Formats: sequence, structure tokens, C-alpha cells
Amino acid sequence: MTVHFKQDKPEQSNRLDGMKQGVLGKGVSRLEGLAKVTGTAPYAAEYPVEGCAEGVLVTSTITRGEVVGLDKDAVLAMPGVLAVIDDSRLTTRPAQGTANEAPKQGPKTISYWGQPIALVVAETFEQARDAAKHLTVKYREEEGAPVDPQAVETEEKDGTVRQGDLAHAMAEAAHSVDVTFTTRGHASAAMEPHAAIAEWDGDKLTVHASLQMLNYNISELADALGVEEDDVRLISRFVGGGFGSKLGISEEVVAAAIAAKDLARPVRVVMSRQQVFQCIMRRSETTQRLRLAADEDGKLTGFGHHAVVSNLPGEVFAEPVLQSSHFLYSGENRELMLEVARIHRMTAGSVRAPGEAVGMPALEGAMDVLAEKVGIDPVELRLKNIPEQDPEEGLPFSSNKLAECLKQGAEAFGWDSGPRKPRQHQDGEWWVGTGMASAARAHSISEARAKVTLKSDGTALVETDMTDIGTGTYTILAQIAGEMLGLEPNKVLVELGDTRHPRGSGSGGSWGAASTGSAVYVACKAIREDLAARVGVEETALELSQGKTSAGKSLIDLLGGEDIAREGHYEPGDIKDDYTAAGFGAFFAQVRVNRYTGETRVDRMLGAFGFGRVLNHKTARSQCLGGITWSIGVALTEALEFDPRDGHLVNCDLAEYHVPVNRDVPELDVLMVEERDAAASPIQAKGIGELGMCGGAAAIANAIYNASGARIFDYPMTPDHVLKAMPD
Amino acid sequence: MRPFSYTKARVIEDARQITADESAMAIAGGTNLLDLMKLQVETPHKLADINRIGFDEIKKTADGGLSIGALATNTATAVHPRVRSDYPVLARAILSGATQQLRNKATNGGNLCQRTRCFYFTNIDQPCNKREPGSGCGAIDGIAKLHAVLGASDQCIATYPGDMAVALSALDAQVHIATAGGSERTVPVRDFHCLPGDTPWRDNVLEDGEIITAITLPAPVGGTQIYRKVRERSSYAFALVSIAAIVEMKDGLFSRADLAFGGLAHKPWHDLRIAEALIGQPPTAQTFDKAADILLEIARGYGENDFKIPLARRTLHAVLEHAAEEAA
Ligand SMILES: Cc1cc2nc3c(=O)[nH]c(=O)nc-3n(C[C@H](O)[C@H](O)[C@H](O)COP(=O)(O)OP(=O)(O)OC[C@H]3O[C@@H](n4cnc5c(N)ncnc54)[C@H](O)[C@@H]3O)c2cc1C
Ligand code: SF4
Repeated sequence: MTVHFKQDKPEQSNRLDGMKQGVLGKGVSRLEGLAKVTGTAPYAAEYPVEGCAEGVLVTSTITRGEVVGLDKDAVLAMPGVLAVIDDSRLTTRPAQGTANEAPKQGPKTISYWGQPIALVVAETFEQARDAAKHLTVKYREEEGAPVDPQAVETEEKDGTVRQGDLAHAMAEAAHSVDVTFTTRGHASAAMEPHAAIAEWDGDKLTVHASLQMLNYNISELADALGVEEDDVRLISRFVGGGFGSKLGISEEVVAAAIAAKDLARPVRVVMSRQQVFQCIMRRSETTQRLRLAADEDGKLTGFGHHAVVSNLPGEVFAEPVLQSSHFLYSGENRELMLEVARIHRMTAGSVRAPGEAVGMPALEGAMDVLAEKVGIDPVELRLKNIPEQDPEEGLPFSSNKLAECLKQGAEAFGWDSGPRKPRQHQDGEWWVGTGMASAARAHSISEARAKVTLKSDGTALVETDMTDIGTGTYTILAQIAGEMLGLEPNKVLVELGDTRHPRGSGSGGSWGAASTGSAVYVACKAIREDLAARVGVEETALELSQGKTSAGKSLIDLLGGEDIAREGHYEPGDIKDDYTAAGFGAFFAQVRVNRYTGETRVDRMLGAFGFGRVLNHKTARSQCLGGITWSIGVALTEALEFDPRDGHLVNCDLAEYHVPVNRDVPELDVLMVEERDAAASPIQAKGIGELGMCGGAAAIANAIYNASGARIFDYPMTPDHVLKAMPD
Repeated sequence: MRPFSYTKARVIEDARQITADESAMAIAGGTNLLDLMKLQVETPHKLADINRIGFDEIKKTADGGLSIGALATNTATAVHPRVRSDYPVLARAILSGATQQLRNKATNGGNLCQRTRCFYFTNIDQPCNKREPGSGCGAIDGIAKLHAVLGASDQCIATYPGDMAVALSALDAQVHIATAGGSERTVPVRDFHCLPGDTPWRDNVLEDGEIITAITLPAPVGGTQIYRKVRERSSYAFALVSIAAIVEMKDGLFSRADLAFGGLAHKPWHDLRIAEALIGQPPTAQTFDKAADILLEIARGYGENDFKIPLARRTLHAVLEHAAEEAA
């Protein structure tokens, strides 16, 4: 029985707060943690499948053109080689998140260096890899493919905002800032490489893959293969990190499925680390011009944010740089515009907090410049400019804790609100300083289904095709069900990552917990209604804990040998249109900058966040720690490097693409500001994971300036940039 | 990876015999070679595993120095009490490299022979004169942030990426090599690596069939020993610039200044004139600048790596200032 709940209004009842089990919000350790650390949690490529052949993708060595010939025979003669597949259904780019249809297909047409063009299958992985490298490919090259975003015309994306007269506001302003920041490309850099094992049983296909959103992936795969969705089963129980790169199906999934059909045996395709870097997703580099006009006191009168990003021709995705700029600060004269440069680098798509991850560091860097011009504390400047309502749409905020985050964060960090001047503190060779920035990330929520069964033995089962990408989904869903049904989380079995289960929301854009969690909540509420009827009370009066009602009657007795199963179907309704919803926060950082070498190290950092109800204190905190760590990466280390001639990604492994390592990450503090966002979801929760990287890089950049006097406009702030900007 | 035969050498003669063949290679820790084989940058037909041939001891030499086996691991070397007490610059250099896991596996011989991290060298679908003589150099006019500003040629601008050898160069260590013919030769570490010139494929002076057996360090040199590595993250990154320094002061003047530089060239850079310019001088900014002028006399950037020139100068200032303070 399916229970549908479409949310048109805020859910003020805060039912979860009245439940008696008392397990929601607690710092419960991840239920699957033991399996993960003992190596018994199987990842996509690790399923033992008998008779599995191994496939390796062949990738292009030109930037644009056609494949006119493959010397298959030579390779087929090599030991163990079973097939060279160049089926026209092979996909050549990953699907964008929520695409719900096949990405670009047809491996003969090449539009970027490193694009998959064929699959070589052999008995062993080593044989396949060797043969793939030996495959001679004849190309007809189309010279002159543009690869430099600065060197091409740009196209304007829909959604430009022009409100009032920004130019006039800038001219009239008591204080104004007009600065241009750049950010470099980023890679998701998930630990587990993209991998798939495909196996057919007649017309029925089963694929083990590493994917974030099976609810969309199943349609993408079926569409690519030209088969019915009902004939496809996708399994993705554990995902070794996705960070956006596994939102849509990628090339290995389709290739494995085609090969397995052709060869009538299971086929596994695992991408090499270099292939993951070169043919999955990049975050676009950005160039961002910020214009801020303010009155004498620092109140914004004008706000301009103009960003240029890039992607391949034909891709709809454009890094949504301006997402939070639309509503974060006031300023009646506004101009926001996003443009896309069409270039032949690999596909640009969702990578860790698309949009704000790079938009916020630029905006918050500009705000620091403004605070200095106005001569006020940067925290004060932000507090002055928090709008009453969305300054463009006029909508109310569902809930906005920015002010609380700024105040509580400043207090906890020990922020000195006195006059700020750069280069005031020295410790040996190091200049030491502090900086801060706001955090903001638009809240996303989506439709989701989950089936909950309260078993006659007094345990519960939750089933959905939702994935756990390492964030703790298994655990928080068990906590939600446990809270609602009066059970300890270890009495709740959660089954995820299998399209045989009802469609969840998938994991991405930090929407998983709130969306699928709401579906579980809806299902549990329906079960509670059934139970309440059995007890003879209103559902709202039913108190359950430790498997018993408040009158001491056990669930097992109440169930009398029967199971109660309900499918919860949550759908966000008018709340999506009636409110502007976002997570907000504030970052504070202390850094040291070496006066000789320009090396920067973060001494300590604090993030204060308001993201609605905290479902699990421990996993929420871990998400924040991860997000802040990403902030350090954006600020100091991460940059994709593309060859200026053929556009290929050169630093394509984890030794040369620098994510922060342990030693780059100091003691981090996380402060979670109490919040219930009734218009965000029925469980009053919002997204968490990405918020931690939406602005934090600017706190570091602003601290670099405060420490050393180097005002830098190019992220990441590697020693070469710091040295160039550092006054003598 | 191409198919290859694999033999466990039991004694050094096995290893010499196998590797005398042009298409054969020795494998020690494998932390560099295996990666390159997977990428088909290295395509040996035969591998001689030399991990069991001995030469892994660290022991005193007759003249009071220290002999470090080529097959001793980087970790064993860095934590050895004699290395820590008498050659701290070496311990620090090793510990600044790679990660604990890699250092546990990496050997001293393999470390000396590690190949460049040039992005075009490791991508067989790009031109590279080092990997494929005559194919061109992808890095010149390409992405060359890590590349050389000293001693490069129009054929190759790669850097030698290692840290350990930079300290060994400052210590004036000797590399002991068993030759294919069964004899032994000794090469100062300062002459072990080559400049690219017209033979960019040649990283060092080893000939086919030659195996490094040991590295010897002179009798303890004392002094203040520093290894300073500037990099883009605080660990697990190769040097942009690094400096190994052994410095002594007497009456406020430099009396010893053995310096070697990493990240700048196809080999650890050592220039005798730098010590000459420093000795007898007080530790002032002018003195440091004079040393930097000598170091960077012929420096030339390739755009992306131009910053290394001022960075080397500034790092040298930092190291000398720090060393002078400690040594005083
Ligand atoms: C991700 C990563 C990061 C790293 N970071 C650093 C760093 O920051 N600093 C640094 O210095 N190094 C770094 N390294 C390099 C590391 O130090 C070397 O890979 C290691 O020292 C090589 O030793 P090995 O025993 O594993 O050599 P192998 O990989 O076994 O061999 C390397 C080469 O040496 C030859 N060889 C080995 N032993 C002998 C011998 N006795 N005689 C003759 N030839 C021999 C082999 O034939 C081969 O050509 C890093 C490596 C990796 C993978
Ligand atoms: S710098 Fe040297 S190693 Fe790099 S591409 Fe050029 S020739 Fe090859």
C-alpha cells in the first residue's frame, strides 16, 4: 500500500520532536562501518561473478574528428583477446545528473581528447589493458578545436537578472568594489574508480555499478541500450565516494552491458585512475566579476555577479556559479549573468557542490574587500546585508540562520571584531592572520519512495533504491524509522542501492537525507496509524519506545504475527515554489603564510551551520568536516591542468591532482545551529554535505590577506600566486 | 602493461646477467617502476627482482662514514640511529618524500633512479623526447609548472623529482655500482644524474647490467643540517624547490656551506662556487643574494615555472638565515 504525501505547506508540527525513542539526532556510528573497515562491504567491481571477462576502454588521442578505422584484427590475434567493441550505442560522455536519458552516443565522433572510442575485452584484465594500448586507430582529425575558454565567444545562459540600475548604483556608491576572481577546474576525485559488471540472463540485464542515483541511472542505461527499464536491474550497495561524478551513468556501464550481450558472458569494466580523471566530469574553471555598491555604512545598494564557465558543445550543464548569489545579500540594483564558453575539453558537470563551491569563494572574497573599504568588521558587513526576503523573487526564506551562524561562529572562534589591518602578527618566518566568510547553499529536495515493513517479530525493514555514498544514509534511515516506530536503530534493517526496491531520491546535491528520509517518515507515519487503530488511540497520541507502547504493550503482541508494510511516497509540492530555501553558515579561519616561500597553512578553522534538523550528530559533523576540508582544497591546492594545445587533462592522478592531505587539515571545529526548517521537508531537515565547502575557501583567502597583505584573486592560492601578490 | 618474464634474483650475479639485456630491468620496491609499466611508459621484457640479493645493510665504513645498502628501504634508512644523529639532513629529506606507505616499500637504489614526474613523459599518447627520442617535448609550450629552470635543453626540460639525492649531494655521497662485467665502480652522487642535453632519455650514468649496491656517506660532517622543501601541499607532493644545507659558523662568519638544490634541474643541483661565495662572509641579505645570484646565473623559466626563480632565491634566504641562527 502506497501512501502519497505532497508537501504544499510548511510542516510545523515537528512530529519527530515528540517521538519517544530518542534516537534521532544522536551520534549513532554508521551501521555499515564495520563491514567497510573490515573489507567485507563489496564495491561494484568486487562481486564474484563466474566466467567474467574483462573490458578496458580505448580512448582517443585527438581532440576533435572521426574514427575512420580500427585495426581490430591485430588486436584480436593477441593472447586472450575476445572482442573489440565499437557499437554505435557506446556512450562517449557521462550523463549529467538527473538527465534520465542516454548521454551522447556514437564512439566514432570525437569531441575531446581522451574520449572513449571502443572497448577491448579479454580473458584477463592485463590482456585487455595491453590490447587496448595496442589498438591502432585511424583518425580524420578536425584541426583547430578551441580548448581555451578565454579564446572563444561566450553564450549567455537563461536566467540573467537585471533589476534597477547597477551601473548607476556603482557610480553613486559611497564605497564600491569591482573585482574579478578566477577559479580552476576541479575533479571529484572519489577513491573508488568507476566500475561495472554486467550480466545478462536472456533479455534481463543485471549491472553492479558504482552510481549515485539509480532512480535516474536505470532510465539512462535502458535508453542507451534500447531496452525496457523493466528488463534492467542496477545494484549499487556501496559507493566509494561519488562527489557528483557518479550522478549519471558513465561510459563503462554501457560498454560492459553491450559487451556482455555480445559475448554472452559477464563482463567487467573498471576505469583506470587516469580514465576516471580524463573522461568523467570536470568542474568548469570560472572567471567571475563581482560588483558591489554600498552606502556609507556598508549597506549594499548594488550587487553584480557575472560568471563565465565552459563546457563541450551540446552540453546543457553550466556550472551554476550564481545559485546563492541570487538571494544571499540585499542590494536593490542587481545584475547577475552566467555565460558559457564552448570548448573541447572533457565534459563539465557536477563536482562537489556545483555552483557555490566556486561562486561563494569569489563573492565572499569581494565582500572582504568591501569590508576593508567601508572600514567595518567583515562579520558586521554581512549582518548588515542579510535580506528580509529573497531580494529577487520576493519570496520568504523557509528559514535563514545566517545571522545566528555569524554571531555564534564568531563567538566560538574568538573572532576579534576590532579594526583589521594586514601584517600585524608574525611568528618566526610566518605571517599569521584571520579571515571569515559566509556559507550558503541552495536547498534541493526531490520526490522519493521507500517501503517500510514492520515485521511481526518486532523489527523493521526499510527498502529503497537510494544509495549510500559514504555519508551515512543506512544509519540515518534506520534512525528515522527507529524514532517513528519506537525501535533501536539496530532493530531496523536498511536495504539500499537496488532498483528492485522503490525509487528513492538518489544521492546528490545534498538532497538524499531530507528527500528519502521524508519518504521513510511518510511510510512510518502510515504504519503508526495502523498501530494506533489497533491500540485505539489517535496516531498523534501513540507513544512508542523500545518496541513497546507507553502502556507497555509490545509491538510483537500488537502485530499478532502479521507484518505491516507501507510504501511512503514523498513529493515536494508548493513549498518548492513558495519559499527560498537554503542552508546558511559562517566560516572562520586562522592561517599562516610563509614570508619567504608563500606557502600557506591553515592553523585552525571553524564552521557554524544552520541546515535544519540534525538527523545524526556524528555523521552530520563528519559531513561538515569533509566539506571544510574541500574548502581547504579549493583555497590552496586543487587545480586541473589542461594542455593549452589539445585540451587534454594532464594531472590525471591523485599524486598530481592535489586534494588536501591530513597534514593540510588542522583541528576543525563544527558548530551546528539549532534549526527546524518546516518548509524544507516534512522532517525539517535540509542538505548538509556540500554547505561546508560553499564559501570556506574565502575565509582562508581573506585570512591570507590579513596575515600577509597578499590580496589574491586567483584560486587556488599556491605559493606562486601568493609570492606574486605579496608586498615586499 | 605488456607481458614480461619475472625472475627472482638470488645473488647479484643473477641480477647483472638478466639486466645486461637491453630490454630487461631490475625491480626493487616497484613503487615507481610498476606505475610506469602499467602506463606502458616502461616496457621491459624481463624483470629481475633484486629484493633478495642482500645489499640492504646500513653499516659503518672503514673511514668512519656510513654505507647504506641500495636495497635498504627509505624508512629503514631515515629511522636508523646513525643517520638520525650524524646525517639528519638525509633523514629529513627522505621523510619529506612520498608517504609512509611508499617509503616502507621504496629502496635507496630505486629512489636514486626514480624517473621524472613530467606529465608528458607519463602519457604515452603525448610527445616526449625522454620516452621516445625524437618525438618532441610536450612540456615546452605545454604545462611545465614542475619543470627545470637550470640546465635544461631544447630537447627536455624535466626535473629529477627526488628528495633523498638532494641531501646526498650536499653530503657529497658516493654511489657504488656493480658493473655488468663483475667489477665495481664508484661515482659521486653529484655526477650520478645527467643533464638532458642531446640525450634526454638518459637520466643517469648507469649502463645496462649495472646494479647500485650501496651509497656511502663521508665521516660525520656535523654542522647545522637542514632540508627545506617547498611544495603545494604540506605532504605527499613533489618539491617546487628544495634545499639541503649543511652549515657551520665561526666568529659570526660562514665556515661551511654545503648546499644542494632540488626541483630546479634534471639532477640535484650543486655548484661549488656557492660555498666559496659564502665561506668567510657574515649572514647578511647581501651575502645570501650573492649566493642566489650564483645559483641562478643561468636560470631560465618556461612561462609556467618562471616563479621558481624568485622562489629559489627566497627559499635560499630562508634556509641560510635559519641555518646561521641555529649554527651561531
Ligand atoms: C605517489 C608518489 C609520490 C612520491 N613522492 C615522492 C617525493 O615526494 N619525493 C621523493 O623523493 N620521491 C617520491 N616518490 C618516489 C619514490 O621515492 C620512489 O618511487 C622510490 O624511491 C623508488 O624506489 P623503489 O625501490 O620502489 O624503485 P623501483 O620502482 O623498484 O625502481 C625504480 C627504478 O630504479 C631501478 N632500480 C631500482 N633499484 C636499483 C638498483 N639497486 N640498481 C639499479 N637500478 C635500480 C629500477 O630498475 C627502476 O628503473 C613518490 C612516489 C610516488 C608513487
Ligand atoms: S620535459 Fe623531458 S620528459 Fe617532459 S616531455 Fe619534454 S622531453 Fe619528455
